[in-house]
Amino acid sequence: MAAETEAQGLTFHPMDQFKVGPLFGDALSAFSITNVTLWMAIAVLCVIVLFVLGTAKRSVVPGRMQSIAELAYGFVYKMVEDVTGHDGVKYFPYIFTLFVFIAFSNFLGLLPGAFTTTSHVAVTAVMAVMVFLFVTILGFAKNGLHFLGLFWVSSAPLALRPILAVIELISYFVRPVSHSIRLAGNMMAGHAVIKVFAAFAPLVLFSAVGYAVTPLSILAIVAMYALEILVAFIQAYVFTILTCVYLRDALHPGH
Amino acid sequence: MANTTTTATDVAEGTAEAVGHAADAAGHAAESAGMPQLDFSTFPNQIFWLLVTLVVLYFILAKIALPRLAGILADRQGRITSDLEMAQKLKDQAQEAEKAYQQALIDARSEAGKIVSAARAEIQADLDKATAKADAEIAARAAESAKRIDEIRAGAVASVSEVAKDTAEAIVAALGGKADAKSVAAAVAARMKG
Repeated sequence: MAAETEAQGLTFHPMDQFKVGPLFGDALSAFSITNVTLWMAIAVLCVIVLFVLGTAKRSVVPGRMQSIAELAYGFVYKMVEDVTGHDGVKYFPYIFTLFVFIAFSNFLGLLPGAFTTTSHVAVTAVMAVMVFLFVTILGFAKNGLHFLGLFWVSSAPLALRPILAVIELISYFVRPVSHSIRLAGNMMAGHAVIKVFAAFAPLVLFSAVGYAVTPLSILAIVAMYALEILVAFIQAYVFTILTCVYLRDALHPGH
Repeated sequence: MANTTTTATDVAEGTAEAVGHAADAAGHAAESAGMPQLDFSTFPNQIFWLLVTLVVLYFILAKIALPRLAGILADRQGRITSDLEMAQKLKDQAQEAEKAYQQALIDARSEAGKIVSAARAEIQADLDKATAKADAEIAARAAESAKRIDEIRAGAVASVSEVAKDTAEAIVAALGGKADAKSVAAAVAARMKG
């Protein structure tokens, strides 16, 4: 591939980085070890290093790793408590698991050559649907039919309420879609753009115009990379806080 | 499958063409190869491993990491609270000690005042005694002196009468008379009285 590139000019495969494939052999079954498995396992290892080994000393004055672990804990805990109220705190471990998985996948995906598991709708949709089902079942279990009050906007004029109910119902069912596509789309778009700029970078080898284009594209890669670091965190945050918001609706549909 | 290779066939044609090709290729890749995200044959694999990962992560976090972190944070909070309490206690103790010190200072000052006034009174008493003694001595000496003056005076009077007698006798003898000692004495005494 490399030889071909040099011989023939610029190559663009911005989507190649998202390909899922088995690491051993050719057969792809549900249980075969793929690059998805590899990078999810790396995420798990990172979580173990940071949250288990990093906190092993239980220092009163924390070191670097323990500080980060405490920071993440405090950040998500406060988010859950602030958004869902005190009775939402018991779901904190689930939400924290989601946050940690997404954050680590996003950041690991930024390593050159890495595979970004969260750039796949299959992955984000499963998480979003899990949240959706959990929240819906919890809503009915906690509030019974009062949960339907979520769709009956009692503060609106009576005539408008049925229309609003339809809109609310649609927006409720669109939740898992937007929830999952927001994350996957953000991760995919950023990585693809970086890859496109990266494909322009070797232009200097083929054309004199490359003297202008190559530095610009390298600059653009750096800028995009910085933005992607921000996006990696923000998308993890957004997914988590939306989960909290949905959970709050399930616990207190009156709001 | 997604290997849509764009070749800038003529390098000399320059960037405009290369950029055009690039844009084509980017669009082309998404269209013809399709996004790997929409390759449904990979879904079961991804979902399976995602669920495995989430379950593993959940157990690592919920059973080990989160209780430990909660413990660490609670410990720290407890430590901070107890340290603050301890600091308050020590502060109170320090204040108490300062109060005691001030009290001791006041006591010592009043004690010192007492001692000073006692000493002053003692000195005054000694002084009074000494003054009285000195006065008494002075009085005694004065009395003695007066007595001696009286004696001297008496002695002087006696001498005067003697001298007067002797002088009178001598005068009488010079006049050719024979002085009767008794009468001379009487005459001198009479004169001396007058």
